[in-house]
Amino acid sequence: MKLRTIAFNNLRRRKARLAFLLAGLLIGIATVVTMLSLSAAMTAEVQHQMENFGANILITPKTDELSLSYGGITLGGVSVDPREIPEADLARIETIPNRRNIAAVAPKVLGAVEVKGERVMLMGVAADREFHLKRWWSIDGRPLVERNELVAGSSVARRLGLKPGDSVEIEEFPFTVTGILRETGSQDDDLLIAAMATAQILLDKPGLVSLVEVAALCGDCPVEEMVEQLAAALPEARVGAIQQVVKSRMHAIEQFQVFAFGVAVVVILIGALVVFVTMMGSVNERTREIGIFRALGFRRAHVARLILTEAATVSLLAGVLGYFAGMLATGLLLPMLAEAHAQLVWDGTLAAGSLLLALLVGTLASLYPALHASRLDPTTALRTL
Amino acid sequence: MAFIEINGLSKHYPSRAAVVAALDGIDLSIDEGTFLGVMGPSGSGKSTFLSLIGGLCHPTAGTIRVDGIDIFRLPAEQLADFRREYLGFVFQSFNLVPYLTALENVMLPLAVKKLANGEKRERAHQVLERVGLKARAGHLPGELSGGEQERVAIARALVNRPPLILADEPTGSLDTATAASIMELFAELNREGQTIVMVTHNPETRGNFHRTLLLRDGRVAGESLAPAA
Repeated sequence: MKLRTIAFNNLRRRKARLAFLLAGLLIGIATVVTMLSLSAAMTAEVQHQMENFGANILITPKTDELSLSYGGITLGGVSVDPREIPEADLARIETIPNRRNIAAVAPKVLGAVEVKGERVMLMGVAADREFHLKRWWSIDGRPLVERNELVAGSSVARRLGLKPGDSVEIEEFPFTVTGILRETGSQDDDLLIAAMATAQILLDKPGLVSLVEVAALCGDCPVEEMVEQLAAALPEARVGAIQQVVKSRMHAIEQFQVFAFGVAVVVILIGALVVFVTMMGSVNERTREIGIFRALGFRRAHVARLILTEAATVSLLAGVLGYFAGMLATGLLLPMLAEAHAQLVWDGTLAAGSLLLALLVGTLASLYPALHASRLDPTTALRTL
Repeated sequence: MAFIEINGLSKHYPSRAAVVAALDGIDLSIDEGTFLGVMGPSGSGKSTFLSLIGGLCHPTAGTIRVDGIDIFRLPAEQLADFRREYLGFVFQSFNLVPYLTALENVMLPLAVKKLANGEKRERAHQVLERVGLKARAGHLPGELSGGEQERVAIARALVNRPPLILADEPTGSLDTATAASIMELFAELNREGQTIVMVTHNPETRGNFHRTLLLRDGRVAGESLAPAA
């Protein structure tokens, strides 16, 4: 028999109060867990989107002459500006300190060519990397593999009357159309996409690339820092980050987090109040019992410890149950708040944190009731004497 | 020196009209092994007297020395230690803790003692056997009769082997036959050398006491000694 035996037995044999105490704290902890894990899942989703978003860094030549653009980024003039990026320089990208965060490097060469009497834009790409990066592209047919194959954007295909399997000549070089890019609504619709080496010859830009798209892998890795590192590695080129979409989404999530935090604080405060009132009621109800303890030789400290042991036990239980209840609620709410990729994140830190929070709130709210109990006068507590 | 020395003990309660003297200048000494009965009408100060010896409240004036210890000079926490080591309380309405079994109730005073759990259990079983309740050890107070609850309360008072037992109307809520058997148990304990101070209304219990103190209006109105055995 120890103090905790008394505490456990009291909890075990007075189930209604235990349930009430538990509920008060549990709801608070579950809310905190729900809010935190929801925002964690949504952040993870954004990171996932960002990874699938494709390139988030663009490397373009430094130039003052602006005559051609792609993807909203203005390129050097096709015919007049000699400044393109030497393909050999791209090896330096792999030397930056954050190279591990680079998911893909997709160089491309761009230029105008004449096909069936029309001027169209030809883009030479490293096919495997390009099609890996542009996951949202869907192709009728298949991506190009060989040097004499090409994929046509939807609007250029319509203009030139191209279908998968067609043959077409560009500057007297015969190509087979392996696929048509479905409409993307972007400038990709106006492109003919061919292998890098072939395009370099056709555009008369041997060993040169017009721009490089770089995909950084992680959502929270320092993109600005990577941009600086890339700029240092390629001093002749201009390096910029594209983050608009992700940033606005992150901003929305940050706002949600602030809201979630506010709600969690309020619910926890209410939980603490419930614990306080219940423990205070419990102490008053047990005045006589506490008098017995004191008469039997329990010190004030023993009585306080007894009450706090009960509070801590209930709190720990509420922490564990609250964590699981919160995760359950997250699992139910997530599909409504986030998109398909959002997944429940089982986080050890969150589990430990919710235990700790429950313990802290439960014992702090019981501190005064425990003190009050320890100060009860044993004679008034007993009355029979 | 006597085991308990009481000098000029007074306890006054302030009330709206005037100060009420629950106890007024009691001097008394009690030797070890004494079975002292404290009798008197309601409001005579019996319970206050017992509370003071038990160190549950402080006097307005006077001292109590138990085994040479001036108990009211002890700091609050040490007074609790004193109660644990020197006293066993038996309350009028048993005052068992409802959510603890008979055995656990008996072990209560040991809960805050540094003693191996096995030893605590062993001692509790021993005293339960002593009061004839071995078979009821696992029962909650609600499942026990009044007499059985009283026995559990006595076992709880004995478990720490205290030099002094303070009992407040231990037979007050029991039928005559049960009351008699409980008094016999106290008498037996006393014959084994246990010092007991018992507050009672019941004149029939008087035959068990070595000394009977009669209180009236907070003063000793009379004292009688039992005829030598």
